[in-house]
Amino acid sequence: MQASDVVKARLMDAQDLERTLQRMARQIVELMDPDDPAGEHFALIGMQTRGVHIARRLKRMIRAVDDIDLPLGVLDATMYRDDFRQRLKQPVVRATRIMFDVTERNLVLVDDVLYTGRTVRAALDALMDMGRPASIRFLAVVDRGLRELPIRADIVGRTVPTISGEEIRVRLHETDSHEGVYLVERRTNSTRN
Amino acid sequence: MDELNSGDLSQLQHRHLLGLASYSADEIRLILDTAKEFRDVLERPIKRVPTLRGITVCNLFFEPSTRTRLSFELAEKRLSADIVNFSEKGSSVSKGETLKDTALNIEAMKVDMVVVRHSSPGVPHFLTRCTKAQIINAGDGGHAHPTQALLDLYTLRECFPSVRGLKVSIIGDIAHSRVARSNILGLRKLGAEVTICAPRTLMPYNAASLGVRVTHHLDEALQDCDVAMALRLQLERQQASLIPSVREYHTRYGIKAEHLRRFPSFLVMHPGPINRGVELESEVVDHERSIILHQVTNGIAVRMAVLYLLTASADRVMRARP
Repeated sequence: MQASDVVKARLMDAQDLERTLQRMARQIVELMDPDDPAGEHFALIGMQTRGVHIARRLKRMIRAVDDIDLPLGVLDATMYRDDFRQRLKQPVVRATRIMFDVTERNLVLVDDVLYTGRTVRAALDALMDMGRPASIRFLAVVDRGLRELPIRADIVGRTVPTISGEEIRVRLHETDSHEGVYLVERRTNSTRN
Repeated sequence: MDELNSGDLSQLQHRHLLGLASYSADEIRLILDTAKEFRDVLERPIKRVPTLRGITVCNLFFEPSTRTRLSFELAEKRLSADIVNFSEKGSSVSKGETLKDTALNIEAMKVDMVVVRHSSPGVPHFLTRCTKAQIINAGDGGHAHPTQALLDLYTLRECFPSVRGLKVSIIGDIAHSRVARSNILGLRKLGAEVTICAPRTLMPYNAASLGVRVTHHLDEALQDCDVAMALRLQLERQQASLIPSVREYHTRYGIKAEHLRRFPSFLVMHPGPINRGVELESEVVDHERSIILHQVTNGIAVRMAVLYLLTASADRVMRARP
């Protein structure tokens, strides 16, 4: 959390987050094709950076409960963004590591927050350039509204209506000192993501 | 979704790439890290990303070039930029137009970036004063060739765990080589130990002040070095007999298969184009310890990273002005 952010509410603590992820893991398994019980034509795609950690947790949960080991890819859609020149801070190009062919696969794209929909749009374009997936679904831990594109999430952890100037911060112990989901008032002049 | 490592450098502090002298080690690392991700794009079935859509790049080549020019052009195409090409032959320069007028005309055509190669040192600097476009130096006389040094550094990082402490020997016409000058700067900034090796006539007068080890004996240069970078003997501009003959140069300074056997670990690099049988024996060029073609592939990725990082940094610099 940036020093200048003011926390307005804690939306989830570590336990809430765990429960929500467990529920979403069940929903992913529901989406799987009955003709493909081992998930050979299925994959999770985590979006850099927190989406990757969330996708890893979902993969672990599915393996523990359903004994299905889903392939996991990592996607960075920075090269496909439409706004990298407008933002005050240049987005760092991070790693894309998808070690399987996306063609004919059913993909679940995983991210922490769904907001304008522009990152998802960029991710869809990036995936399309890698092949022709059979389908792409989208999972977000928090849907904060304020969409600028006709995009929705297929699996949502929690819907939280927000106004601009507010931010949703998903903190995970893989990347942060503590865990939870927070609604904050942004006081920095960084542009929205 | 704020940046994870907000303390890390995430953008260049420059609008242009004229040389590596003013670039910090962190900026060089940012370019190399970014290039790694663009390198992966080159392995995909669709080798194109829409990152520079709407940006127009002019490739202004006043000097013949195959590799650098193709490499820049491919990098621009892979990033979906619009490209215009200019070469001296058949242009109005051959009708007597001055460099400044050429630059002003390009400016009037609303070009965002200019990649320039010229036989006179300082031309890229000069262009920054006559146009608002961003300038990337693709080689200016004997001064600098920053993207070549960057792609060499990238290739080294691919082959070795770290550039720091790496022993690199640069062999050949150091005095007239912009590749050598840029590489010495880049390698030293990232902590490599550099040796330069040339006959006295091809050694720059300020060799002692470059912060490198100087030798005139090929064996000394190859002894426990990790990488040997051979430079092209510029046969077309071989000034007033600085060497007795090409054959004698090859005998004393050409890297031969015999060296690969005697010194069993170093890798061979060359910026191209190669004179087979002069600076490198043909067998050395094709040897498995030659990483010359890696350099070429990496060149595209490194130039993509430079184009991407500069485009984005420019808009911020411009916006920050009142």
